Amino acid sequence: MSAVLPGIGDGVRHGAIRIEDVVKVYGAGADRVIALDRCSLAIDPGEICVVVGPSGCGKTTLLNAIAGFHPISEGRIALDGETLCDAAHPQAEPSSDRIVVFQNGALFPWKTNLDNVAFGPIVQGKLKPAQARDKARAMLAAAGLSGIEEQFPGEISSGMRRRVEIVRALMNDPKVLLLDEPFRALDALTKSVMHEALLEIYYRNKVTIFFITHDLEEAVLLGHKVVVMTTRPARLKRVVPIDLPHPRDVSAVTSKRFRELLEEVRSAVHEEARKSFEVGEREGSS
Amino acid sequence: MIIDKLRTRAARRAVVSLLVFAVLWELNARFLSKNVPPPSAVLAAWVTVVGQPDYWHSWYMSFTRVLGGFSAAMLVGIPFGLLLASSRTLFGVFFPVFEVLRPIPPLAWVPASIIFWPTQELSIAFVTFLGAFYTIVINVIGGAQAIDPRYFEVARSMGATRWNVFRRIILPATLPSIVVGAVVGMGITWEVVVAAEMISGGGSQAGGTAGGGLGFLIWSSYVGGSYELIVLGMISIGIAGLISSELLRKLGVYVTPWIQARSS
Repeated sequence: MSAVLPGIGDGVRHGAIRIEDVVKVYGAGADRVIALDRCSLAIDPGEICVVVGPSGCGKTTLLNAIAGFHPISEGRIALDGETLCDAAHPQAEPSSDRIVVFQNGALFPWKTNLDNVAFGPIVQGKLKPAQARDKARAMLAAAGLSGIEEQFPGEISSGMRRRVEIVRALMNDPKVLLLDEPFRALDALTKSVMHEALLEIYYRNKVTIFFITHDLEEAVLLGHKVVVMTTRPARLKRVVPIDLPHPRDVSAVTSKRFRELLEEVRSAVHEEARKSFEVGEREGSS
Repeated sequence: MIIDKLRTRAARRAVVSLLVFAVLWELNARFLSKNVPPPSAVLAAWVTVVGQPDYWHSWYMSFTRVLGGFSAAMLVGIPFGLLLASSRTLFGVFFPVFEVLRPIPPLAWVPASIIFWPTQELSIAFVTFLGAFYTIVINVIGGAQAIDPRYFEVARSMGATRWNVFRRIILPATLPSIVVGAVVGMGITWEVVVAAEMISGGGSQAGGTAGGGLGFLIWSSYVGGSYELIVLGMISIGIAGLISSELLRKLGVYVTPWIQARSS
């Protein structure tokens, strides 16, 4: 961890995401709601792109479109130059190259932690169950999670569960990790442990990470860039490049540059939060 | 250690409460309600019947019917419930019929069942089957519909085929509800089999209590005026039901180990 790694996602070749003029409309007629309004964003291979914005601004809508859980209305999303979805094929095919880690966790409670991690390669038929379990055991050990293999997710702490889930995602050799507020429900202490764990995992297996959060410190600490979205209909308000050196750990939050960047992000988000609050007030009183 | 201690304490309490119950019953039977046979008389009756094969044949008959009806209800009910839960079309087609038939108590089916089925044995089995069937189906549907959709999304994004989703997500996620449905269904099955045996006169057996099952044992004891045997039959059913529920619960814990793990 001594050398400062130059550039974003150093040496990573896969996982470039292009989001081009994506529009997402829910409902029709009077109930028509524009969730995403011509969003465009480029994420480089191996980049950690953190998206922040007011609640209900369409962050998750964007994530679901990339994952292939929901269709888009217009525009195009591409991964490494290949179109995932566009106007002609509005819904991307879910695939193991883009794995989602959910807000409240979605480990299968009926499988042991080991079998959860081994799930992907087994159902894909890539590895025999015994091989998949060996690999899962090795990956859990590398993430400092030895000893919990035969336990069920319900038996370990929520912080550990989240790490197991990230390891499960990485077992599939994804090009992109899609993280939807993965640490939201955790307490502050566990959260900072998780930030270090995530950074460590990232430096070991570099993949593109699309990370949604409400926590601005988390955003600045983890991201190569922080994308601030506007209140509904969501557009990209600002992209703040985070030029803090890598590899980072949680001590980065004490630096002066961190404070400056945080302030920059905070003021952008605050303006939007205010707008969205006022919109809410207006809609509430009418 | 603590759990062991709590367990012995619970066992001690159970023994004490049963003893107190027996003493109160004995006193009541001796001094207040003279029509009620006291537990001592029931125990004496048990000592005489316990060596008779007829008594155990009654157990055997009732158990066979319960197991037959219950197994059939599981075999038909689980796939049926899963199908209804996983297909909107099938749900739309079958569920209304199901909901119209479900409120009919299984015992209301007894006369029709006797008419429709060629043998009494089959008609009892059918009524027993109905007793468990509805509960199992309702629990399976409820359990399968309550599965967190994120599990499907995760499984799909990790490349699970439809069959894999069924085998590795839907089935295990529904298992706890299946266990609940089975335990409740088993209880209903005992209620139903006993009543069916009373009403139908104990099945194919023409004479004696041997082929009739525990329900018929009670009924024929009532007709014959031996009150001790009535109570003995009742207690036998209680014990039989307890044994089957306990076995089922043990089996349920065994097949859903993650539920147990969480609560400890």
